[in-house]
Order: sequence, then C-alpha cells, then structure tokens
Amino acid sequence: MSGSLKGLDIVSIRDFSRDQIEHILKVAEGMVPVAKGEEKSNLLEGRVLGSLFYEPSTRTRLSFEAAMTRLGGRTLGFDEPKGSSVAKGETLADTIRMVDAYSDVIVLRHPQEGAARLAGHFAEKPVINAGDGAGQHPTQTLLDLFTIMKEKGGIEGNHVVIVGDLKYGRTVHSLSEALGMFGAKLTFVAPPTLQMPKEHVKHIESMGMRPTISSSLDDVIEEADVLYVTRIQKERFPDPAEYQKVAGAYTINSAILRDAADDLIIMHPLPRVNEISSDVDQTKHARYFEQAFNGVPVRMALLSMVLGGIE
Amino acid sequence: MKEFKVTPIRNGTVIDHIEMGMALKVLRIIGVRGDVSSTVSVLMHVPSKKNSWKDIVKIEDRELDPKELDKIALISPDATINIIRDYNVAEKFVVEVPERVKGIMSCSNPGCITNKNEPVEPEFVVETKKPPALRCVYCDRMTTDIAENIV
Repeated sequence: MSGSLKGLDIVSIRDFSRDQIEHILKVAEGMVPVAKGEEKSNLLEGRVLGSLFYEPSTRTRLSFEAAMTRLGGRTLGFDEPKGSSVAKGETLADTIRMVDAYSDVIVLRHPQEGAARLAGHFAEKPVINAGDGAGQHPTQTLLDLFTIMKEKGGIEGNHVVIVGDLKYGRTVHSLSEALGMFGAKLTFVAPPTLQMPKEHVKHIESMGMRPTISSSLDDVIEEADVLYVTRIQKERFPDPAEYQKVAGAYTINSAILRDAADDLIIMHPLPRVNEISSDVDQTKHARYFEQAFNGVPVRMALLSMVLGGIE
Repeated sequence: MKEFKVTPIRNGTVIDHIEMGMALKVLRIIGVRGDVSSTVSVLMHVPSKKNSWKDIVKIEDRELDPKELDKIALISPDATINIIRDYNVAEKFVVEVPERVKGIMSCSNPGCITNKNEPVEPEFVVETKKPPALRCVYCDRMTTDIAENIV
C-alpha cells in the first residue's frame, strides 16, 4: 500500500508503511477539535457508512458512528445479525454486495478470520476491518499508536510493556508488530501458556528489534514508559483456581505502581474486568478513557482518507 | 536375467523421487481410488541416488493436469514427472512449487472465512518452497501440513 488511501480497504496493519501510519496519525490529530464537538465539519456530508457488526461491540461501533456523524455523514447497518438476512443463512459475500450498493464505505466486524479481506474482494467501495475473529483489528492499533504518540510525544525509543493474554488477544499482535516497526522497546509479560506467539516475535525480530519475554510484572514496571494491559480470559483456563492465580498476578493497582516512573501511562483496549483496579483510574498514569476517545479522531481520519475527503 | 520389481508401462505417468513415505498421499491428492480403471503401481522405500530413499508411483494411461502437478509439488517438491508414451519417456521434468496456490487446498485455520460456505476459492501465497509453507491470503494463517489440507 502506498500513497493515497482513497478507495482502499483497511484490512491489516501489515498493509501500511510507517510513513502512511504517521500520515494517518497526523490527519487524526487535526480531527480532534471536530471529534470533541468544538468545531463543525461537513467533510463527508451526503456520504453513507454501511456498518455491519456480526459480533457485539461498544467502543468500535459507536466510535465509527460518532466519527461519521461528526463529519456530516450518515450510518446504516446492524449491530447484531439476528434481525437481518444473515439469520436466514445469507453468505457474507451476498450481504456485502448488497451493502456495497447502499453505502460509500463499509465497516465490518465478523467472527471469522479473513472476513474483511473477503468483503474487500466483493465490495467496490472501501472496506474497513473492525475486527475479524482472532485476526486483525487495524483501527484499534492505529488508535493505540495515536495515544502513545500524543501522550509521549513519539513512539520510537519508548519502552512499552504489554501484559495479559498475549497469545489470544488480537489487539496485542498487530500493536506489537506496529510498535516494532516504529522502534519501540518491547517487553511481553504473561504466564508462559499465554505468551506472545513465536511467529509474531519473529516478525518483530525481522525488523531488528529484540523484545524481552518475562512472566513478572514487578521486574519490569520501573523501566516502563507505557504499560499496555489486556484482559486474561477465564475460559482459557480449564481450572478456575489456576485462572485466579494468574489473573491475580497481573492485576494493576496502586501498590504495583509504587515504583513506576512518574510519566508512565497505562493503556487498555477495554472492556476491562478486573485487570486494572478502579483506584488506578484517579492516578496520573491512567489513559484508557482518553485512549477510547482517540478512536473517534483516528476513525474520522480513516473514513475521510478512504472516501477521498482528505489526501 | 534382469529383474523388475515393477514392469515398465506403455503409456502413462511415472512420478519419481517422491519424498519417502508420501506415495499414498500422492495417490490420494490426485484422486486415485479403488475405482481407477488402469493399473497403478506404488513403490515405497526405494533406494535413491539423490536422497537415500524415495517412493515411486506409476499410473497407466493417465497424464496429470497442471493443478495435479501443483499438488504434488506442494507435498513433494523434488518429485520428477516422466510422461511415458509407447514405452518411451516423452517428457521428463521436476515439479515446480508455484508462487500462489488457488482452489487446491483448504485453509488449516478452522476459523477462516474460506471454511464457511462462502463463494470463494481458498488462496495462498507460498512463503517458503522447501519445505513448502503457505500463507492464507484471507486470514494470514501459515499452513505447513500441506498434505492434510489439499482437497
């Protein structure tokens, strides 16, 4: 992928160069006043977003809708397939062909990996992947990068500690690869059974980075600039006692932050269950709600760029 | 007197230098089953000059199409194809692992959209040729156990 994003599908973060990502983040920065409602924009007036959510989503779906609305566009679609033809057995390909005719850009979340790539084959309009099973979630990665860039003034050289379920968590795979591309120092903290899959570590190493693998948060918290926390899912553990032990070891609370750097920021893709205790919300470190807001300007930037409203 | 374990064939195909132990998989992927109308000979664990052991398959009265050759290349990239016409080797070549593969293999990821009744042929980019490793164009999953996923 090179040059303008007009008309292109946004399926995987691997499709982007570092220059392109930096450009998207710059456009997103310019969108912040509109995203906050401080300024008005009619950039996408008369444009229609087809929003197809085959799986539940709060932040991703609402922030895409907010992004389209803030830019003067409209959204149609569904947030569960129950009431649509999908429930009658319609293929994704057919649903996409139909929505392609009704809208100017399609946002898709689907439980099957590769769904967005398939949608891109059948749609003439650009398709934006809003998460496909355990696969890719590129707009989450972009808003995570935007948050780090905004809060730390840049990405390169920052020590990002990623903790939680690194094996199955889809956001951390593409995020860690993108951070590697930007030259961030990476440490992966997880119990051995939930560590980062080797293929992702290899991919990061191919970019000249050497991620550190650890199972202890205490050992690395002092040196972290960014602590990225993800949920450890109970269903991954056959034994509930084992889950409690592991989940407890990676819970972020004020006590564990005692030795943290003053300017450490804590991020989380949300929803959280109990990975971050509520006493952390009031600390200077918490950035997860700002992070959730950042989904709006980043998605505004992407919608504007694929629709040709902005180069 | 010269002793033949398997006699020469008049017309057909000899697939030589099949990776040891893969002969039966080769038969399966090119659709040779019990209802085949011509003679099929299978030699397994034959001494080889190239590698220490190999398998050989001889199929009478049949020549393989390009898709079948691609399938053989993916499970045994050093195999050679000898096309026999009237007892002579009319053509001889080594199979070639293609750059991209479409419609001959399913994705090993059960969660991949191509395994869900959608109107698409699974498609792969060949990332490494020896041994073959294929990346699904749709879900990005790498498949290395090719024989199990060839359709």
